[in-house]
Amino acid sequence: MKRIALALLVLGTFSALVLTALNKNSSDTPPLTKLKEQYATKPKPSVDHSLFPELKKKFKRPHDVTAACISCHNGRAEEVMHSSHWQWERTEYIAGKGIRNVGKRNILNNFCIGVQSNEQSCTRCHVGYGYANNKAYFADSLDVDCLACHDNSGTYAKMNEGAGMPDASVNLSYAAQHVGIPTRANCGACHFFGGGGNNVKHGDLEEAIFDPARDIDVHMATDGVNMQCVDCHTAKNHQMLGKMYSVSSMNRNRVQCESCHGPMPHKDDVLNNHTLKIACQTCHIPEYAKVNPTKLFWDWSKAGRLKNGRPYELKDSNGTDVYMSIKGSFKWGKDLKPNYLWFNGTATHYLLGDKFDPSKPLDINRLMGSYDDPDSKIYPVKVHTAEQIYDTKNDYLIQPKLYSAKKGDGGFWGDFNWQTSATAGMRAVGLPYSGHYGFTETKMYWPINHMVAPKEKAVGCGECHTRSDGRLADVGGFYMPGRDYNPWVERFGFGLMALTLAGVFMHGGARIVVNRKRKRSR
Amino acid sequence: MRKEYIYHRFERFWHWMQAAVIIFLGVTGFEIHGSFTFFGYEQAVEYHDIAAWSFIMLIVLAIFWHITKGEWRQYLPTWKNLKAQANYYIFGIFRNAPHPTKKTVLTKLNPLQKLVYAGLKVLLIPTMVLTGLVYMFYRYPQQNEVLSLNISGLQTVALLHTLGAFLLVSFFVAHLYLITTGHTVTSNLRAMITGYEDLHDETTNVARESAPTASDKIAAETKEVTQ
Repeated sequence: MKRIALALLVLGTFSALVLTALNKNSSDTPPLTKLKEQYATKPKPSVDHSLFPELKKKFKRPHDVTAACISCHNGRAEEVMHSSHWQWERTEYIAGKGIRNVGKRNILNNFCIGVQSNEQSCTRCHVGYGYANNKAYFADSLDVDCLACHDNSGTYAKMNEGAGMPDASVNLSYAAQHVGIPTRANCGACHFFGGGGNNVKHGDLEEAIFDPARDIDVHMATDGVNMQCVDCHTAKNHQMLGKMYSVSSMNRNRVQCESCHGPMPHKDDVLNNHTLKIACQTCHIPEYAKVNPTKLFWDWSKAGRLKNGRPYELKDSNGTDVYMSIKGSFKWGKDLKPNYLWFNGTATHYLLGDKFDPSKPLDINRLMGSYDDPDSKIYPVKVHTAEQIYDTKNDYLIQPKLYSAKKGDGGFWGDFNWQTSATAGMRAVGLPYSGHYGFTETKMYWPINHMVAPKEKAVGCGECHTRSDGRLADVGGFYMPGRDYNPWVERFGFGLMALTLAGVFMHGGARIVVNRKRKRSR
Repeated sequence: MRKEYIYHRFERFWHWMQAAVIIFLGVTGFEIHGSFTFFGYEQAVEYHDIAAWSFIMLIVLAIFWHITKGEWRQYLPTWKNLKAQANYYIFGIFRNAPHPTKKTVLTKLNPLQKLVYAGLKVLLIPTMVLTGLVYMFYRYPQQNEVLSLNISGLQTVALLHTLGAFLLVSFFVAHLYLITTGHTVTSNLRAMITGYEDLHDETTNVARESAPTASDKIAAETKEVTQ
């Protein structure tokens, strides 16, 4: 007995030693606390702009503010004019389409569809004043809107349907004296409201992010590290890091979790192994649209219904729009589990004029990737589906004119007539319109990157490694333990077990019977 | 009735540790496989890994013991009496016929056992250990330099590991039953606990003639040397 105990002891210590040795090769990246310390110290402005005489005057036009800014910040406006915030397009390589200028002139989406012919409304979010669709507009540096991003007073706002001009209520002098590094308020003013309302487009970027709790977003939490957008979306010469795959195609200029957290940030090696094929976001953003709903389905074909000749709106019990005459009917979702797909950082886009097969849903932006592609990881995405207008003879999507300055100009929001809207829109983009329109199903894929949860709330192992209804149930191309099995191996295995058991019972039963007979015969 | 010493202390320790570890591996393993939920996936994986390392350590100890003691020769398969042993399980056992081979500390395995255990030790267990290690240490092919196993997917490894697990379960079922086929229903079990097996005097002495085993030879050799 003593020796057995001794042997057990030796075996136990040995196991413990080996296990600790194995556990040691975990991460040696900078620990989380260092990052927290780094971002807890907020930058202080080196100068007080309210003391500068250049800014202590009454500005008649916003362009005069820009002139005042660049009288010191020489050359900065030109930097902005090279940015995608100004250009609204990029030169991209798209697989199958080659090198294209992708953006304002040829990108459509399945929300408010496209910029052209709607500039007056859409360009409220352009970093310029008085965006017009002519080349001359983009040439004047005084049109750059410095305040949209740099106003720290919280008083600056752009006019609705004002082509990027500031709202009449804005005190330009006050805003100009309170400038600084962009905050969430600056970025969010546009990026939280894309698609015509709060959280319509992204699902993970919405007004709750102005002042989020730690549970909503662990990085931007005002009760936590309180990081600003530009802490991750850093900029050099006004070229911001990061972009969205609704409008960009190439695997470049991305913001990566790994740049701060390192490629293998977990203490547990099993988790670190996952980082080769699973994006951080997949486990660390278990849910999006955590505070307000995001739009999941937009049916343009229902738009245009009027009551007594007037447009109307319907809201659900939570106050969310479910029908608008100008836009159609919607479905929203809150506290959503993302969809998941393989993504290698490249995307293809439907470009204006591309023919498609209307019998199938059309992917307006398709995220590329597969298990076998070493650049691919599984990412969380929001899928937005729509029924949107297309030319049934030419088999391409229609750019409708939606914004209406006055009745009769073709704008759908004034005339509620798809025919004139399509005609006006297609004239503006310079494509033929057959005169026949219909509605077709389209899909957009929006990677989810924000609303990172505290680590205690990260997705658990069993939510994917499970036979049924796992988060990754539809993500194919590979064998995942706990989810996958080979039906033949199962059949063979259980068959063999059954046969063995049957053999045991038959053999054992026969022995018992024979023994009894023998005893009786004695 | 007399008692025969069959199983060394180490063998008994090894056997029971192995039994516990393999059962635990089976439970956690089939949970990881998705067959049922008990510990929860994360715990099951953690426990399975710990059990796997314990098992590997046990195997190392056992190999060391078998080599130093020369006991590995016990597992050398033999044709001799194979048919007789098979016949015993098919016919003899029902006629209360004597075991065709006699169990001693020198030949503790009958010819059928030799065959099965040799297969277990040479094929099944190594397959399970190797596929298990690959399972633990593989990396997906990728560009960063990681000095580990690069394989393109788990499929083959996982299927082999699962197949092996099913074979082990079947072995386990048959093994539990065959324990009862000793001289009495419990004599095999008792031998594995105490080391001693009760032998009835009526037992015929077939095995003695059967095979002067390797261990016998060693015993003889050691005698010579000591002399």
